[in-house]
Amino acid sequence: MRAFLERQRYLIDYTLAALLRRKTRNLGLLLVYTLLVFLFSSVLLLSQGLRREAATLLQDAPEVIVQRLVAGRHDLAPAAWLDRLRRIRGVSAVQGRLWGYYYDPAVKANYTLMVAPERGLAADEIVVGAALARVRQIGVGDYLGLRAANGQPLPLKITGLLESASELLSADLLLLSEAGYRALFAIPPDVYTDVALTVRNPREARTVAEKITLALPDSRPILRAEILRTYDAVFNWREGLAFLTLGALLLAFMILAWDKAAGLSAEEKREIGILKAIGWETGDILRMKLWEGALLSLTAFLAGYALAWHQVFYAGAALFGPVLKGWAVLYPELQLTPAVDMQLILVLLAVSVLPYIVATLIPIWRTATADPDAVMRG
Amino acid sequence: MIELTEVSKTFNQNQPNECRALRGVSLRLERGGVTVFKGPSGSGKTTLLTLVGCLARPTAGRIALDGRLLSNLPERFLTDVRRHTFGFVFQQFNLIRGLTVLENVMLPAYPLGRPHRELMDAAHALLDRFGLAAKATSKVEWLSGGEAQRTALARALINDPAVLIADEPTANLDSALSREVLALLAELAAQGRTVFISSHDPLVFEATQINRVIEVHDGQIAGDRRC
Amino acid sequence: MLITPAIVALQGIALSVAGTVLLASGFAGRILRRWDIHSGSELQLRMERQTYLISTLLGFALGAELLSLLLFVHTAESLSSQFVGAMCATGVLNVNAFGFPTLLLKIAVFFLAALWLLLNRVDNRGYDYPLVRVKYGLLMVIAPLTVAEGVVQTSYFLGLTPEVITSCCGSLFSSESKGVAAELAGLPPWPTLVLFYGMAGLILIAGLLFLRWLRLGPLFATSSLLGFGVAITAIIAFLSLYVYENPNHHCPFCLLKVGYDYVGYALYLPLFAAAALGLSAGVIAPFRRIASLQAVIPSEVRQLTALALIGFGLFYALATWLMLRSNLVLLG
Repeated sequence: MRAFLERQRYLIDYTLAALLRRKTRNLGLLLVYTLLVFLFSSVLLLSQGLRREAATLLQDAPEVIVQRLVAGRHDLAPAAWLDRLRRIRGVSAVQGRLWGYYYDPAVKANYTLMVAPERGLAADEIVVGAALARVRQIGVGDYLGLRAANGQPLPLKITGLLESASELLSADLLLLSEAGYRALFAIPPDVYTDVALTVRNPREARTVAEKITLALPDSRPILRAEILRTYDAVFNWREGLAFLTLGALLLAFMILAWDKAAGLSAEEKREIGILKAIGWETGDILRMKLWEGALLSLTAFLAGYALAWHQVFYAGAALFGPVLKGWAVLYPELQLTPAVDMQLILVLLAVSVLPYIVATLIPIWRTATADPDAVMRG
Repeated sequence: MIELTEVSKTFNQNQPNECRALRGVSLRLERGGVTVFKGPSGSGKTTLLTLVGCLARPTAGRIALDGRLLSNLPERFLTDVRRHTFGFVFQQFNLIRGLTVLENVMLPAYPLGRPHRELMDAAHALLDRFGLAAKATSKVEWLSGGEAQRTALARALINDPAVLIADEPTANLDSALSREVLALLAELAAQGRTVFISSHDPLVFEATQINRVIEVHDGQIAGDRRC
Repeated sequence: MLITPAIVALQGIALSVAGTVLLASGFAGRILRRWDIHSGSELQLRMERQTYLISTLLGFALGAELLSLLLFVHTAESLSSQFVGAMCATGVLNVNAFGFPTLLLKIAVFFLAALWLLLNRVDNRGYDYPLVRVKYGLLMVIAPLTVAEGVVQTSYFLGLTPEVITSCCGSLFSSESKGVAAELAGLPPWPTLVLFYGMAGLILIAGLLFLRWLRLGPLFATSSLLGFGVAITAIIAFLSLYVYENPNHHCPFCLLKVGYDYVGYALYLPLFAAAALGLSAGVIAPFRRIASLQAVIPSEVRQLTALALIGFGLFYALATWLMLRSNLVLLG
């Protein structure tokens, strides 16, 4: 056991010295390797962060949302539904919700408008998302002029900004009062955009939804779990696409690694010949070369992962942000919460270290099986 | 001690450029003394030494070391026998550039996993003996021809082999240094090691310290003279 | 079909494992036909050098298989939000008929690759390559399995269409439903507990006897495999309940989640290693009569056996600690 450890130590010693002796030769490969890990882990860390962010936000969302469908399209729900829904067993609270979108030609962007009764806003008061305030260059106390449904301008006073902890969804958000909302869009007082239900036991959400479709045949209940699933599916899909794109880079990297491992310099071939002649066995050279790969991989992996971590969590994820968050004029400027994820590291190993090993195995073996008597014959 | 029976070695078997380097050589080599393998280049003397030194396996024939058959051992075991029994000094010295004298001397012992302290001590002792103590930490590319030769000799002895094999040890040295090396080899033989030298340098096979000269020609033994 | 990075990675691993093992068995095929240890011909020398490549490829395959096994379970876990009714990995593996077979094939390939590498280790120490035929014969068994694994895994992923209602571990591993898994979950705690610790005793006794009399190899190999099966059964039947502190949650995969401090890794790694080592020790022992291995096998096998016993010991110690620590009272 002791001899085994000593042997590994000698091999690592030799490998390190050999790597350092050929710094420039190995530096190129190391840089490409690090870049590869960096790109892959950027995609993974970012989408993982976004997914977690969405899940956190949806935690507070209602378990079931009921929409009205007319001719297969979303329509306003009558206020009379609230009472009928309240009578369904398992439903603990019912709330009519008012929300919609407003296109602002000044910044060529859509705002999301929501009525927030709990904020107790007056008819002409609003609270806006940070990104929206940033783009319009307005702040608390300023007036934001919107054009009402009847064509008249409707000045609304900003009384607050939404904190940016969950900017993914609140970036373009504009909260207003029920009166303000109905005035802006000319919506009659006896309808709502949709209805949010709180279910006493979340596990029964599906049963409740079934009862709703029976009681209100023109309604469409949407479960929170389904929204979460849709989010997941979207992120998975985008992430998968970004991955396939990086596949080309991976292939190039594998070819480079193969080439580096196969095309030894005359000097290096001579060295291995000498080692074999003075008593190193094929297995020793193999192990030495595998250690070289391991050291290179470890360095590239740690460096690439650390860089990506910094890029995603502290530098605003400029790299893949647009692809993964979706295209929008008002980019959310969110701070993702860092977290280590086992699956992510396994995937990363599988798409960087594993291909490196695959690409170098055969060249390494070729090198290691050089004739021990070549030095004397040469 | 080493016995070769009808040994042949063929390179590029069954190909147009097939080359029969050794043809049915039978030979007995005893323990102790200095034996020189003499012959022009291409005669097969180096190939013969690689077979004797377990660097390669014969295509046909049997080689036995102290009665143990080596000729059909896999490379893995052959290497193991080799690193405990044989030390090599090559014609071009074949030191690894970029490493220090000390590291070069220690290299053959790496795969054995000897404790580091012990190995360092052994290497320093050898360097002292060959007058290289001051050069231990310098890189081998800064050595003179004689110093490189002595470093190679120290490296060959690090695993304390019973047999020392030197391939054309005087080829890159002037006659004064050649005599010095021969004296060193003879001294090792006097201390009980067996020394095999391949050479086509008259200075070597006419030297007084030689015990036996084996002449190789066209892959066969052409003469065997004890002196 | 879903395309997620993990699925892309798993398919990549399956492809590279099948590729390397097929390549290795290509070389092995020629070795089986042309091997002649007494020849010094260049072909024989070349083939001897190829044995180094084959063992390196197999070593790679073993590592990749381990990675793939872990990643597969984690992937199933992370996809659970995509399938209605699937609350953890079990549900996702049940989305179609190929989920569990993929997992079982991965475990089988892992064990066989480990066995192969240990056989190889012993063989390399016999001066006349005494196990060449055994080794490369086994490789010919592993090769089709890796291909099958690739095919079954691909079918599984192709059949993953979201919104299929699947069972979650609550229903698959719950006492009311039917099937092997449910029967495992429905096993009465007391007898299973007795079986679990009885097995520990059996392994220990078999191991100690085996250390003394090497001809008991088959006994120890069998008890190692049996011990592995019993351990998995125990995890499903009651150990998981103690960890989750929930009398109805029988899932063997949720243990790997961060929420349970990754305790699954600490349980499964020694268990898998111990079973692989025990199996290999038992299989290798009968070859001790071969002349060139007489000196090698006894010490090697005893070492493997000791390691296997340590692995089982770690597993049982951790399992016992988890039960004692738990607030759940299952056995009144």
